[in-house]
Amino acid sequence: MTSGTIRKSYEGIVACLPVTIPYRRYSTNSAQWWLGRALHELTKRARLGLKDIDGFAVSSFTVGPDTAVGLTQHFGLSPRWLDHIPFGGASGIVALRRAARAVQAGDADMVACVAGDTNHVDSFRKMLSTFSRFAQDAVYPYGSGGANASFALITKNYMNTYGAKREDFAKICIAQRDNAISIPHAMMKKRLTLDEYMSARPIADPIHLFDCVMPCAGAEALVVCREDTAKSLNLPGVRILSTIERHNAFATDPMQVRGGWELDVGELWSMAGLMPKDVDFVQTYDDYPVISMMQFEDLGFCSKGEGPDFVRSHTLTNDGTFPHNTSGGQLSVGQAGAAGGFLGLVEAMRQLTSQPLGSKVPDANACLVSGFGIINYDRGLSSCAAILARLA
Amino acid sequence: MTEPLVRPKRKNPLKRTRLPLSPQGVRSRTAHGLTAAAAEGRFALQVCLDCNTVTYPPRDACPSCLSARLPFRDVDCGGTLIAETTVQTSTDPYFRERTPWRVGTVKLDAGPVIVAHLHGDAVEGERVRLQLKLDKSGSAIAMALPEKDTENMADDVHLREMTCDPKFRRILITDGRNTVGQAMAKAFSDAGASIIFVGIADAWKPFPGLGDLRKIEHVEIVPLDVTDTESVTEQAEQNGARIDIVVNTAEHIRAGGVVDRHGLTVAREEIDVRYLGLTRLAQAFGPILRFRGADGVNSAAAFVNLLSVHALMNWPAYGSYSATEAACLSAAQCMRAELRPGGVKVLNVFFGPLDTEWFQTVPPPKVTPAALANAVVRALQQGVEDAFVGDVAEDIRQRLAVNPKALEREMAT
Amino acid sequence: MPVDLLSFARAVANGDIHVIDLTQTLSQELPTIVLPPELGQCAPFRMEEISRYDERGPAWYWNNISLGEHTGTHFDAPIHWISGKDLPNNAVDTINVAQFIAPAAVIDCSKECAANPDFELTVPFVEQWETRHGNIEPGSWVLLRTDWSKRTHTDYAGLRDDGAHTPGPEPAVVKWLIEQRDVHGFGTETIGTDFGQGHHFNPPYPAHFYMHGKGRFGLQCLTNLDLLPPKGAVIIAAPLKIKQGSGSPLRVLALVARGDV
Repeated sequence: MTSGTIRKSYEGIVACLPVTIPYRRYSTNSAQWWLGRALHELTKRARLGLKDIDGFAVSSFTVGPDTAVGLTQHFGLSPRWLDHIPFGGASGIVALRRAARAVQAGDADMVACVAGDTNHVDSFRKMLSTFSRFAQDAVYPYGSGGANASFALITKNYMNTYGAKREDFAKICIAQRDNAISIPHAMMKKRLTLDEYMSARPIADPIHLFDCVMPCAGAEALVVCREDTAKSLNLPGVRILSTIERHNAFATDPMQVRGGWELDVGELWSMAGLMPKDVDFVQTYDDYPVISMMQFEDLGFCSKGEGPDFVRSHTLTNDGTFPHNTSGGQLSVGQAGAAGGFLGLVEAMRQLTSQPLGSKVPDANACLVSGFGIINYDRGLSSCAAILARLA
Repeated sequence: MTEPLVRPKRKNPLKRTRLPLSPQGVRSRTAHGLTAAAAEGRFALQVCLDCNTVTYPPRDACPSCLSARLPFRDVDCGGTLIAETTVQTSTDPYFRERTPWRVGTVKLDAGPVIVAHLHGDAVEGERVRLQLKLDKSGSAIAMALPEKDTENMADDVHLREMTCDPKFRRILITDGRNTVGQAMAKAFSDAGASIIFVGIADAWKPFPGLGDLRKIEHVEIVPLDVTDTESVTEQAEQNGARIDIVVNTAEHIRAGGVVDRHGLTVAREEIDVRYLGLTRLAQAFGPILRFRGADGVNSAAAFVNLLSVHALMNWPAYGSYSATEAACLSAAQCMRAELRPGGVKVLNVFFGPLDTEWFQTVPPPKVTPAALANAVVRALQQGVEDAFVGDVAEDIRQRLAVNPKALEREMAT
Repeated sequence: MPVDLLSFARAVANGDIHVIDLTQTLSQELPTIVLPPELGQCAPFRMEEISRYDERGPAWYWNNISLGEHTGTHFDAPIHWISGKDLPNNAVDTINVAQFIAPAAVIDCSKECAANPDFELTVPFVEQWETRHGNIEPGSWVLLRTDWSKRTHTDYAGLRDDGAHTPGPEPAVVKWLIEQRDVHGFGTETIGTDFGQGHHFNPPYPAHFYMHGKGRFGLQCLTNLDLLPPKGAVIIAAPLKIKQGSGSPLRVLALVARGDV
């Protein structure tokens, strides 16, 4: 529940410089290389020097044994504000929240928020087996199916409880593939048919091949600064109307049917002064389509359990009634590790500054971006969301 | 419905043997509290001493009250299987070659939610009971079984990965000259073993029971003397590749202490039969058992040590014997680590005085050879690692857990 | 009288003197004496390989062996028995070494033993043998040929519910051999110089009791006695020089002139 105190507005703070380093399926380069590319692109576009970046937030699964500190020396940064944000799919919005308050308080002026991961041939397997203590002790020894098996259980339970069908999840995936057709670096470059989705090989029942993201190497980045700073550098920015963040919500739910958004969703909309019908497009965290469906419910677009109906009664393509994951989401573009947590944020920023990489969302003025992540044991622990708006 | 296990066909000698793989066995130290429970066939979870919350996965602070007092206690193993999935593909080599593999989420009556392996007869939405078992890595896992026993339940392929069931396996009983060895042959025959090799040393010395031994179904008498390296090596060379479970029944039980004994010859015999005998068996059979740990339905499964419970705490009346048993226990712990890469279990079965001739003057309760043999078979069927048979063994185990020094004094009176 | 030892050596080398091995191979399978389980037992023969041209020793093969003083074909010294414990020079390291070479009289009762494992050697039987071969010379070994060494190990040990059933001398003949024939010692093919059920005799184990009590020796687990003439063989039986040893396994050789075999 909200604390009762009125949260401080983000007025005067913007997010700018959406950067994507094109994804590759496998890379022999290190995470440090990918993060370095993103940082380089930021400074190049902004015509900044390294010394102009006085705040740095990093998210990466494969940058070990380094953390953010080691990277300052690696990249030649000397920031007065530093954060390492290992929250997976929630990393982007959490980085945004941290950086915005730092800039607001004057603790930093130009915060580079970077996320990226490499993908060696054994990266995925190694990550799964050492993901968290609870995963090591209580998940991985059970079939080692990874997140696919864990979310299969969540999906199965959701289907049993609310009557969702595979066809409903198919609709989400198919629309996202359509939205990705014009994204040059998308891992999945073709449209998807219902037939292909339904007959795809099973990974962990009821999850099949096209319910799963493709792990790859890549990086995403952005900068948070004051509105006047961005203007002086001629950088188009977006306004932050509200944000929420929650970890380990509803711990007593036997299985995950809702994320922490449900606890804080009222605050998200009231702080922004908007209602669900007021946003023009939505980026959900799509590690699996069932989680996107939960986000529709928990973020206020429909009630709990009405996710299937909501999907059936809307079109989710960029030209549809509910444009969703407008660059195709991870399910189409691929999941470059922690960069997946920035993907929706960076795409929202592009659409809201009229610089999409792919197809344009008509009348893109306000967007809800949602993050989710870290399946520590049997459920995703972190949930977060932000409402962004075009700078008038 | 579990398909009953089919007796495996003769192995094709020209076919490559599938090598053993292991699921990930890394666990936090606290999680090995589950391993301790699984080793003895108990179902125990952490129960907060300060607020009684039962918590899982294993952790170091109570999620209700942050207490650090979270000992493992036996809890009710009943629950409901809320959701299941069948893993069809895995990055882990062990599971990759064993898919499809079912796992599910169980909501325990005791409180926590547990991701568990599923027995084939565990049905989504229905009641189950959980058991903690040791998987091939030697670490504990939870498995959901149907609430009531079902037909051919032990034959479930995934359950059999966690157990050392003698059914359709080939056994070596190292010494059939004594009543324990003879009872062991009968018990394994009844448990569905396909061959039971029984080792006899010094065939020129007659002993009672040979006739009855020959009458037991599937028994094959072989020459074997655990005090003779060449004899043990020869037996392993001839039959090692078709022995799946070794049960070491060689014994040398004599009363007598360490100070209060005259001469070394009996101590030497004790060491030679028990400790060196174990070492010979380990060197001769260990490598082939380890190699065949994943070799089909009748894969190599276990090495069984019969140990006096006084391996854990010396009984001065049988002090030299106790010390030798302690040496065997330590050797068995070493063997456990050495055989683990093959997924082969070392089962230690502890017993108090036996109802056999060398414990003749010891008052009851004593363990009969038949009771010991049945306990060994059961322990293998359950896949436990440490079993305590009989009242005295259980009594000693409990006293050791509370105050070893008091027990040390008590054993000397 | 000058003795030509070189001719002797030449005769051995060219076969004019046969050297016959009366020793059973020391191996793990060889039965040993079995005493009641509460008493101390004789160690069986065991070998542990040290190395065999391998990482434990690249160019060599060798073993450590373990065994008792009375394992396999072995020599009994007077100190072995309570009746001889106080005699002078009664241990294997103190016996006058000249005593390790002596002639032998070989008494054949193999036919009788084939029919009866509980065959007892008696004075009349020996006297009968002497009518054909002449008296036993003083200072000779008396070797009892029973062909027992040709049997399977189980039959060789002859163990039943009430102990061993193997042939041997009854008390009177042992006394007689010592007092009337001044024999050097007694040798057998069986495990032990005594009758299998000798614990029931009076005194028990008379071959040990009387022989060692009078400073004479024992040999057991012999073989190839069927290759020896009734008289004329010379036995070389030199036990290991063990400090105060009661006996030892050894190589027993019989020298037989070519014509005598």
